[in-house]
Amino acid sequence: MKIRYLVLIVIVLSISSVFIGVSNIAPWDIFNLSADQLEILMISRIPRLISILIAGMSMSICGLIMQQLSRNKFVSPTTAGTLDSARLGVLVALMVFTSASPMQKMLVSFLFALIGTFVFMKILEKIKLKDAIFIPLVGLMFGNIISSLATFFAYKNDLIQNMSSWMQGDFSMIMSGNYELMYASIPILIIAYLFANKFTIAGMGEDFSKNLGLNYRQVVNIGLIIVALVTASVVLTVGVIPFLGLIIPNIVTIYQGDHLKKSLLHTALLGAVFVLACDMIGRLIIYPYEIPISLTVGVIGSGIFIYLLLRRKKYGL
Amino acid sequence: MVDIKGVFKTYNQKSVIDGVSLTIEKGTITSFIGPNGAGKSTLISMISRLITKDEGVITIDGEDITKAKNNELAKKISILKQSNAINLRLTIRELVSFGRFPYSQGKLKKDDWEKVDEAIDYMELREIQDKYLDELSGGQRQRAHIAMVIAQDTEYILLDEPLNNLDMRHSVQIMKTLRRLVDELDKTILIVIHDINFASCYSDQIVALKNGKIVKQGPTCDVIDECVLKDIYDMDIDIKKINDNRICVFYA
Repeated sequence: MKIRYLVLIVIVLSISSVFIGVSNIAPWDIFNLSADQLEILMISRIPRLISILIAGMSMSICGLIMQQLSRNKFVSPTTAGTLDSARLGVLVALMVFTSASPMQKMLVSFLFALIGTFVFMKILEKIKLKDAIFIPLVGLMFGNIISSLATFFAYKNDLIQNMSSWMQGDFSMIMSGNYELMYASIPILIIAYLFANKFTIAGMGEDFSKNLGLNYRQVVNIGLIIVALVTASVVLTVGVIPFLGLIIPNIVTIYQGDHLKKSLLHTALLGAVFVLACDMIGRLIIYPYEIPISLTVGVIGSGIFIYLLLRRKKYGL
Repeated sequence: MVDIKGVFKTYNQKSVIDGVSLTIEKGTITSFIGPNGAGKSTLISMISRLITKDEGVITIDGEDITKAKNNELAKKISILKQSNAINLRLTIRELVSFGRFPYSQGKLKKDDWEKVDEAIDYMELREIQDKYLDELSGGQRQRAHIAMVIAQDTEYILLDEPLNNLDMRHSVQIMKTLRRLVDELDKTILIVIHDINFASCYSDQIVALKNGKIVKQGPTCDVIDECVLKDIYDMDIDIKKINDNRICVFYA
């Protein structure tokens, strides 16, 4: 797949996404919008589009970085406890500082995501599993333990309802004023691009990195910080979008290989396309109501994941 | 010149390298031989700073490797380990281009690409340079890794069992390439090798290790000797001279 086709698909889907919704705005209205229509565009539709694009791109890239650093194709924020840890972090922020600003919440959530991912990586180093497929299972178990901790504290503090809003990824609540935190991902993604070569070398192992004079530990730590920051910002604004970081990088690997410099842009764009498409399906399937994105992505994503698993021998994933 | 003085290494109270001192001259192939568990791989991993030593000093051209900068050292010495189980989908060309990382930090310039091209041609990989590593045979993959080391263009090249899993033809091809690297490009090569006949035919110097100690070191003809080999391997090895090469016969 050529990069320009992906860009084209992103543009087409983005434009269509803006014109889907309960209140009627047609493409041909664009040059003489009424005040109401303009407001809907500025307050709801465009923020939604931007958050979809950023979430799709950044979660896919997180998955890609994690897979390279852990040298396992099945590690992603979903399967390494990162998402669950980030969520626990938000909960702790709510419990400890009752009137935490979004920035503070993000910081606490980031710290939790970082610690959680770090612990998972340590577990990976300690247990040498023969089959790569067991690693995401260990990660899912680890994530569930953290998640049950979060649920326990949420029950005790009457925060269950509050918490479910980051349980499920949902773009329907995105409005100008509550999504701006997502912009924090953009500079982080640029840093990820600058480190692409180093991540690829780190992905070939510690000995390999040392031979080339690369500070392996430092690169791995930077990677984990990037992943934790992005995950925290997405979980706080949109919620959990499962499978994204798992399937998108694996699809890109098949046709583009694992050289991060080559695959990063593809991964970002394909992630955006996938989330945009899932979001539109979710908005159209029971129109005028809508299905949360975590459900559509979950159903379609798990299907693709099973397909990838079955084909993994063929492509050497 | 690589200078090793009084190096020790213990793992879990078990001594792996037990007071090794050794000098390796420039522009030579030195083979490290010895039974399994003799400490050969540990020793060359320490020379290439992949693992730390407990005691002793290792200097390369007079510079202590523990004091040298990682990146500077990567331009001077490179190592290829026996288990290069890279499971990334990279093409040969991409892998070889990573050899230029110490010089370019990932932003390869024109002369970096020239080195990459040279290395690919040197290992005769031009036709398959855009194939992914996971599509290659063991021999091709090993050649790709050696090409990366050539692109890294270090004076010292350390190889840990580079002939593992290779058939005779590819083994000979790789050993000939190593000989060419020394004779034509004036590299210094240290190699851990199990096949003593390859060591005998291609190296200038042989270092025999056993239980973490050097049993014998010296010019190839001194080490490939019935008494010495008996000492190292605890078995009788008959040595025949065939076309000026000393060939060890131990199969039956």
